[in-house]
Amino acid sequence: MAAPSYVLSLLVWLPIAAGVVVLLLGDRRIALGRWVSLAATLAALALCVPLWGAFDATTSELQFPEREPWIGALNAWYHLGIDGISLPLIVLTAFTTPLVVIAAWSNIEKRPAQYFAAFLVMEGVMIGVFAAADALLFYVFWEAMLIPMFLIIGIWGGSRRVYATIKFFLYTFLGSVLMLVALIWLYLQGGSYEIADLHRMPIGMTAQVLIFLAFFAAFAVKVPMWPVHTWLPDAHVEAPTGGSVILAAIMLKMGGYGFLRFSLPITPDASRELDWLVITLSLVAIAYIGFVALAQRDMKKLIAYSSIAHMGFVTLGSFVAWDILSTTGTVAGAGMGLDGAMIQMVSHGLVSGALFFCVGVLYDRLHTRDITAYGGVANTMPRFAFFAVLFAMANAGLPGTSGFVGEFLVIVASFKANFWYAFVAALTLILGAAYTLWLVKRVIWGEVANDGVASLKDLNAREFVVLAVLAVAVLALGVWPAPLLDVMRPTIELLVEQLMVSKL
Amino acid sequence: MEGTPMVLSIADVMPAAAEIFVAIAACVLLLADALVGARARSTLFVLTIAALAGAAWVSSAVAVPAREVILGGHFIADPMGTVLKLFAYGAAAVTLLYSRDYLVRRDLLKGEYLVLALFAVLGIQVIVSAGSFLTLYLGIEIMSLSLYAMVAFDRDNGVAAESAMKYFVLGAIASGALLYGISILYGVTGSILIDGVASAVASGQAPTIGLLLGIAFIVVGVAFKFGAVPFHMWLPDVYHGAPTPVTLFVGSAPKIASFALAMRVLAEGLGGALDAWQDMLVVLAALSMVLGNVVAIAQTNIKRMLAYSTISHVGFILLGVLAGSAAGYRAAMFYTLTYVIMTTAAFGVVLWLSRKGFEADALDDYKGLNRRHPWFAFIMLLVVFGLAGVPPTVGFWAKLQVISAVLDVGLVWLAGLAVFMSVIGAYYYLRVVKLMYFDEGAAADPVVSPISVRLVLSLNGLAILVLGLFPGFLLRLCEQVLR
Repeated sequence: MAAPSYVLSLLVWLPIAAGVVVLLLGDRRIALGRWVSLAATLAALALCVPLWGAFDATTSELQFPEREPWIGALNAWYHLGIDGISLPLIVLTAFTTPLVVIAAWSNIEKRPAQYFAAFLVMEGVMIGVFAAADALLFYVFWEAMLIPMFLIIGIWGGSRRVYATIKFFLYTFLGSVLMLVALIWLYLQGGSYEIADLHRMPIGMTAQVLIFLAFFAAFAVKVPMWPVHTWLPDAHVEAPTGGSVILAAIMLKMGGYGFLRFSLPITPDASRELDWLVITLSLVAIAYIGFVALAQRDMKKLIAYSSIAHMGFVTLGSFVAWDILSTTGTVAGAGMGLDGAMIQMVSHGLVSGALFFCVGVLYDRLHTRDITAYGGVANTMPRFAFFAVLFAMANAGLPGTSGFVGEFLVIVASFKANFWYAFVAALTLILGAAYTLWLVKRVIWGEVANDGVASLKDLNAREFVVLAVLAVAVLALGVWPAPLLDVMRPTIELLVEQLMVSKL
Repeated sequence: MEGTPMVLSIADVMPAAAEIFVAIAACVLLLADALVGARARSTLFVLTIAALAGAAWVSSAVAVPAREVILGGHFIADPMGTVLKLFAYGAAAVTLLYSRDYLVRRDLLKGEYLVLALFAVLGIQVIVSAGSFLTLYLGIEIMSLSLYAMVAFDRDNGVAAESAMKYFVLGAIASGALLYGISILYGVTGSILIDGVASAVASGQAPTIGLLLGIAFIVVGVAFKFGAVPFHMWLPDVYHGAPTPVTLFVGSAPKIASFALAMRVLAEGLGGALDAWQDMLVVLAALSMVLGNVVAIAQTNIKRMLAYSTISHVGFILLGVLAGSAAGYRAAMFYTLTYVIMTTAAFGVVLWLSRKGFEADALDDYKGLNRRHPWFAFIMLLVVFGLAGVPPTVGFWAKLQVISAVLDVGLVWLAGLAVFMSVIGAYYYLRVVKLMYFDEGAAADPVVSPISVRLVLSLNGLAILVLGLFPGFLLRLCEQVLR
């Protein structure tokens, strides 16, 4: 199937334009605004079909390139293009946003036009982050994303929303500006903001270490890695359902994407030198944060901590390549960790998004996220219980669900690297099962706990559609991840090559 | 030149036609005010705007393609000057437009106010085109005296009078320091012309210690005019105490003059002694960024908060100047121009929200603005994210360039400080967004304002976004005129 050559621009700007339209229509014509939002997000999703179809999975070249001069004085280009690691994340973005629109359909009473507009703008900007091939363009999208999310949490969030959203903004802003300094430094040395040029540029060791740390500040906060994760539980808990979904499903992935796109290929030697740092922090996140999740009483907080633990797999998988090389003496298996990291990102996007939708369903009915306020929900909401249990299983990494594939690949890869990595990482199979299933037990199973639960109504058609679509995706990716792996293969292979070549 | 009688032909003074035009216009306005008096205020207002438009036309008509020095070296006509002047006219005109309703409601729209504004513009023009330290000083005094009077214009207002007094006393000290520096410089180089000083410094004829002393005093003077720490004491009080339209006026066009002052004196005149003043500016810039951003957090009055924010932005502008490179000057110019656009919009919103007997200068007055006036809340949103330097607003490109400029000259720690301080600064800007968007305010009467104000304010705000998406044009302009 052919895709127009400007398909990426369309994916970026169509949702943003629709957002402006919705904003102009205002709250009074919100009925129309909702349909415009849905149409735009579905149109973006539809654009992904030819995008995936026409994507050439045999090359690591940037595809669907668009390159126009943007700021001549700074040698910055409006350069878009995608490869095997950006395509799945773009599709994930385009897949999640319509669900957010549907889920919010009539739930938002406060300034609905601005709500939908914020998510539409977010979608365009997030796709821009994944599609940008110019570092300055990337940075503009990367930062611009903060504004709508800041507003989403701050306007429609819970009682401590102001604290949470300012913390979110400042944390991520601080990380980002350090990355900006690194990018400017690279530009001053090489005269180009083109990401591909930055990949090729030789850099001395000291500079590499500093640049690596600057990138690390930006991406580790976004992932988020322990110990700079503390903004996430706050932001997640206070954000409205849609905000939590987008945060968990897409925004966290940007940190992982940043590692793959910037840190690893631009500073391979520093990454090799400092891989112990990332691996240690990832293992701490997997094990320690797993225990923290066990102790939570707030459903959203529990899922937020589980997100941090799961994202630990992404960073672990991204940085085990060198240990695999030194243990096994071959680069053949080095890509497996990266494969696992990518699959884990997509899978976590689906599963955590789905879990936040589930919490949103309950919250809409009883207006509390406290685990003790529920119990025996399965009795009054059987259909909901079915989905909730399915996503919980996926979160625990049950084989047959998408959660299993990524974790399995990363654990196998880290086993090749070092037994103890795999040992700690595998703890998640126990911990993840423990906190997730315990959550299910307390909320879903058992006798009807109180009158509130007794009065619950099961899923309406809208909620059913959202959860069913996600369930299908989770199962499909779990049973048959091959298409995703195929799309990524050449890019991952190139990345492994870049990792093995010194830039000193 | 000495000995021969000076004969001026029209052609000789043509490059200064805009200055002459504004001077005449101001005098005509003064006369007209005396003749028609209170009855025709709106006509006078229109005439003032027309005078600024006329000045813009004259400036464009006599624009020179390359640097030209006339009047015995005392006047420089160059592309940079033309662009700066055009921006100054625009800023002054927009400022007056925003101020009109406020002034009328408080019975402050008098002929004198408009005349003073025009004289201030004249001072700016003279500074921008100054070819010698004397012209420069003349311009500074024309501008400053007009501004002092404008701050004190609301004569029944004690706070305004007090800030005018502070402004005047501290401004006089600054002028004194500057004049003292100029005299030392004249002593050691033997020239009062900027170009003459430049060649004396470049050839190394000037005795070092004297030159250093002269530079120190001149930097003090420049820092005073900019409002850089530790010479910033007047700025918060003047911003806070002056009637809001005057605050807006002081905060916009004169910043262009400050930049021009720094360019003419430091870059052109003392460019050869970069090593001497770079370190001084490093200290000023670092202190300004730190103090401005940190103290702004504690403010509850939006005018005072913007004053401290101005101090921090001055620090950023100085970053570009102190780099001493073409990229640095370009960055400083870009920063100055975009800062003027943003600050004009910021005070524009404050003025737009003010009514009779209500100043809209407490931060709490912005609570729930999004619900009452979503469009202007959005404009203010653009302004604060612009001032915070978050893309896709133009403030980001301004910060990017100054940081790039200091990185390029190897001052990595200063670049680090700058980005760190912009994160601190983001906090108090975000607070404004929080008040407008996250809080629910008390019900208030809808704001009524003329369509012209709403239109210009909207364009002004959108410019922050549009220039943020397409900064190329303005960047190229700055690059070309500084060549």
